[in-house]
Amino acid sequence: MHSRKPFYLFVALLFALGLSASIYRGIEHHVPFLPGEQVQSWTVDAKVSFQGKGVPAEVSFSLPQDPAFEILVENTTSPGYGLTISNNEHDRRAVWSTRDAIGKQDLYYKVTLIPTGQIQIAAPDTPPAVEEYLWPATEQTAAEKVIEEVWSRSASNLTFAQQLMAVITGKDRSQNVELLLSSQSPTKLFVRMLHSKGIPAMEVNGLYLEDQRRRQQLSSFVEVYHKQQWVLFDLNKGTQGRPNNLLLWERTGRSVLDVMGGVNSLVNFSMLQDTRSALATSIDLMVNKNALDFSLYQLPLEEQSLFKSILLIPIGVLMVVFLRVIIGIKTSGTFMPVLIALAFIQTTLLTGLIGFLLIVSFGLMIRSYLSYLNLLLISRISAVIIVVIGIIGLFTMLAYKFGLSEGVTITYFPMIILAWTIERMSILWEEQGPKEVVMQGGGSLLVATLAYLAMSATWVQHWVFNFLGMHLVILALVLLMGQYTGYRLLELKRFKPLAGE
Amino acid sequence: MKYAWPWQLRRNGVLNMNMRNINYIGRYNPRKYYKRVDDKLLTKQLALANDIAVPDLIGVIREQHEIADIPEMVRGRSGFVIKPAKGSGGKGILVITHVEHHRYYKPNGHEITPSEVDRHVSNILSGLFSLGGKTDVAIVEGLIEFDPVFDGYSYEGVPDIRLIVFKGFPVMGMLRLSTTASDGKANLHQGAVGVGLDIATGQGLHAVQFDCPLEHHPDTGKRLIDIKVPHWDTLLHTASSTYEMCELGYLGTDMVLDQRKGPLLLELNARPGLAIQIANGKGILPRLRHIEAMRGPSMSPEERVAYAKTHFSSSSVS
Repeated sequence: MHSRKPFYLFVALLFALGLSASIYRGIEHHVPFLPGEQVQSWTVDAKVSFQGKGVPAEVSFSLPQDPAFEILVENTTSPGYGLTISNNEHDRRAVWSTRDAIGKQDLYYKVTLIPTGQIQIAAPDTPPAVEEYLWPATEQTAAEKVIEEVWSRSASNLTFAQQLMAVITGKDRSQNVELLLSSQSPTKLFVRMLHSKGIPAMEVNGLYLEDQRRRQQLSSFVEVYHKQQWVLFDLNKGTQGRPNNLLLWERTGRSVLDVMGGVNSLVNFSMLQDTRSALATSIDLMVNKNALDFSLYQLPLEEQSLFKSILLIPIGVLMVVFLRVIIGIKTSGTFMPVLIALAFIQTTLLTGLIGFLLIVSFGLMIRSYLSYLNLLLISRISAVIIVVIGIIGLFTMLAYKFGLSEGVTITYFPMIILAWTIERMSILWEEQGPKEVVMQGGGSLLVATLAYLAMSATWVQHWVFNFLGMHLVILALVLLMGQYTGYRLLELKRFKPLAGE
Repeated sequence: MKYAWPWQLRRNGVLNMNMRNINYIGRYNPRKYYKRVDDKLLTKQLALANDIAVPDLIGVIREQHEIADIPEMVRGRSGFVIKPAKGSGGKGILVITHVEHHRYYKPNGHEITPSEVDRHVSNILSGLFSLGGKTDVAIVEGLIEFDPVFDGYSYEGVPDIRLIVFKGFPVMGMLRLSTTASDGKANLHQGAVGVGLDIATGQGLHAVQFDCPLEHHPDTGKRLIDIKVPHWDTLLHTASSTYEMCELGYLGTDMVLDQRKGPLLLELNARPGLAIQIANGKGILPRLRHIEAMRGPSMSPEERVAYAKTHFSSSSVS
C-alpha cells in the first residue's frame, strides 16, 4: 500500500489555496464576506467659480487624494472648457482652460468616495527635507523665545508639536505668541515654528464630511512627521489626530485653487451621504483598477447568469457525496438529485416538488401502457421522452390558463433526466414492487430537497460566485470524503444486531 | 436504542460499505478482471476450463433474430432458465420448470406465453437488466434439480450458498433461502432468509431476515439453525479455486446443490454485499485482517480450505 501522505498534502494544499484566495479577494478587493452588506459612500460636489476678464483663463484645482477614501466615480461639468487631469505621484489636479472667459464662470467637479478605514497616513522612511523659515527681524526674538521654551519641555517631534499647539491655541497665550499671531494664522505659525527646528511639517486642506451640507469650505490642518507617519493637527480646534469624517483634499502644501485670467475665485463644497451595496461597490472599484482578471464579472451578463447556476453544481455534488458517503441515503441515479435541485431553484421548492411528482406519476402511467407494446428499449425511452415533453407542455398550458404563473416554470425540468427516472422507476416497480419505488424516489427527492436548500441559500450563492477559491475547498472536501472508510449513519442502524458482545 | 455506536461495531470487526469499497474491492479487485465475473457467459467458460462444475449451457442468444430459435433450442427439455449475461442482483432471470405442448410454466405454476418469453429475451438483449444499460446476450441454461436436503427450508425458489473468498480463502458463508416476501428470489434485501454457516462444517449458526435475527423459516416454520449443508468440502474447494480462475481478491461465490451433479457454481460477484455479517452474527474484518497479515509461500486451494477450516470455524477463536 502506497503512502497516503502526498494525498493529504495535496488536499491540505487545495484547502489552503482555496481559503487564502477567498480571503485575499475579500480583503484586497473589498468583496463583502456576507451578501447584502452595505457601505457608506460620500458624494462631494465642488463648485469653482470666478469672474472672467475676457482673456484666456486657466484654472488649476487640486483633486482629493486620501488613503482613507477610495474614488469610485468622478466627473466634471464645464461646458466650453478644455479639461486635463494631471496625475502624478503626489498630486492630482484638474486643469480647465478656455480662450475666452467673460463674466461669472462656474466649473463643477463631482466625486463619489468610499471610506477605506485606513486612517493612518503613511510617510516615507526618510522625511522630506525642510526649508527653514526666515523670521522677520521684528518677530525673530519672540519666535526664538517661544520655540526654545517649548523645546526644553519636549522629548520628540510629536511632543514638541503637542506642546507647541498648546502654547499657540491655549486660552492664556503669552505676549510673544500674541505678537506672532497678529501677522499670521495659527496654522502658518505652527508650521513655521516646526520648520525652525527642522521638523518636517506641512499645511494641508481637508473637508469635514457631514450629510446634506452645502456651501462648505476647506479647513486647514497641519501634518507633522513622526516615526514614518504623518500626524494631523487641527490648530483651529486645538486637537490632534484625525476625525473619521475628514476628507483630506489637498496634501502637497500647494494651493487648492489657482486661477489665471480671472478674479474673485472661490470654491464651495456640498456633500451627500449614501448607502450602496458593498458588492456593487467592490465590483466598480475593481473595474476602475482593471483588477477583474480572475472574476466572472468581466463576462457578458448572459454568461454571468449561466455561471451563477453552473457554479452551484459543486455545492449540490458536495451534498450528494455527503449524503451518500456519510449518511448512506440511496438515490436513483447518482447525480439526478442535483439536476432536479437545479430545476427547483427556478421553480421554487413547493411548485417543483408538485411538478416533479405530477410528471413522474403521469409518466409512470403512460410507461405502464408502453410495457404492453413490447418495444425495444431505445424506442421505449425515446417514446417516454416525447411523452414527458407532452406532459410538461400540457401542464404548462393548464397552469397558464388557470392563472397559476408558478406552474409555467415547470419547463425548467431536465426532460431527458425525467425520462430516465421514469424508466428506472417503472422497472423498479415491476421487479421489486411499489414500496422500493417510493423508497428510492423518496430518497432522491429528499437529497434533491437538501441540495436545493444548500444551493438556494443566498450566502452560498454569494460565496460560490464571488469567491472562486471556495471551489478548491469543495474539491478538497470531496476528495477527503472519497477516503472515508468509517461507518455510514444508516449502517449504524443496519448493523445494530452486531453491536452486542 | 435503534442505532449502534461506531466503536461498538468497530470492536466487533464489522466491515462497512465505504471500507469494503476502498480497502478491499479497490485494493484487491483489479478493474481489468471484472468482466470475468460481470459477464456470466465468460464466467461459465472460464469455470469449464478450470474443471469447475456449472449448470448446463443450452445455448446463447446474441441477436434479436435468434430469438425465434428458442423453441428449437429447448426441444425435449422439461425446463430451462434464461438469464442475462451481464445482469446484476438476480435481475432478469426467467425460470421455466415445465414445458407442455409449446406452453411454458413458471415455478409457481403460472403459464407464460411464448411471446412473453420472446419479449423478455428482447429486453435482455437491449440491455434492460445489464449494468449501465449496455447491450447484452441471453444465456439459456439447463434447469437445476435441487437437492431435496433443503425441502421445507425454501419457499418456491432456489436456495443458494454464498461464500466470501478472500485471496482464495473461504472466510464466511451463508445459505440464502427464498420466502414469500422475497417472491422466490434469494436476495436478502428482497426478503430472503440468510443463514450463517460454520466454515468448518457447513452447520447453520444464526439466521436473519430483513437484517433482523429469527429462528424459524417464516413460511415453513422449520428451525433454521438445524440446517447442515451437505457436500460442504466440495463447496469450499470450488469456491477457493475460483480465486485462481478470476484473480479477484475479494469475491463472493454463489453456488447451488444439484441433486445429481452436486455443487454447481452459479455466479461470481466482485462486489459482494455486507449482509452476510448479519447472517453470521459476526463481523468479517478480523478474518480479512488475519489473511492480510499472513506471510509465506502461496498455498494451493486444498491448503487454503484446510487453513480456513481450522482458523475461521465458529469453535475456533478469530
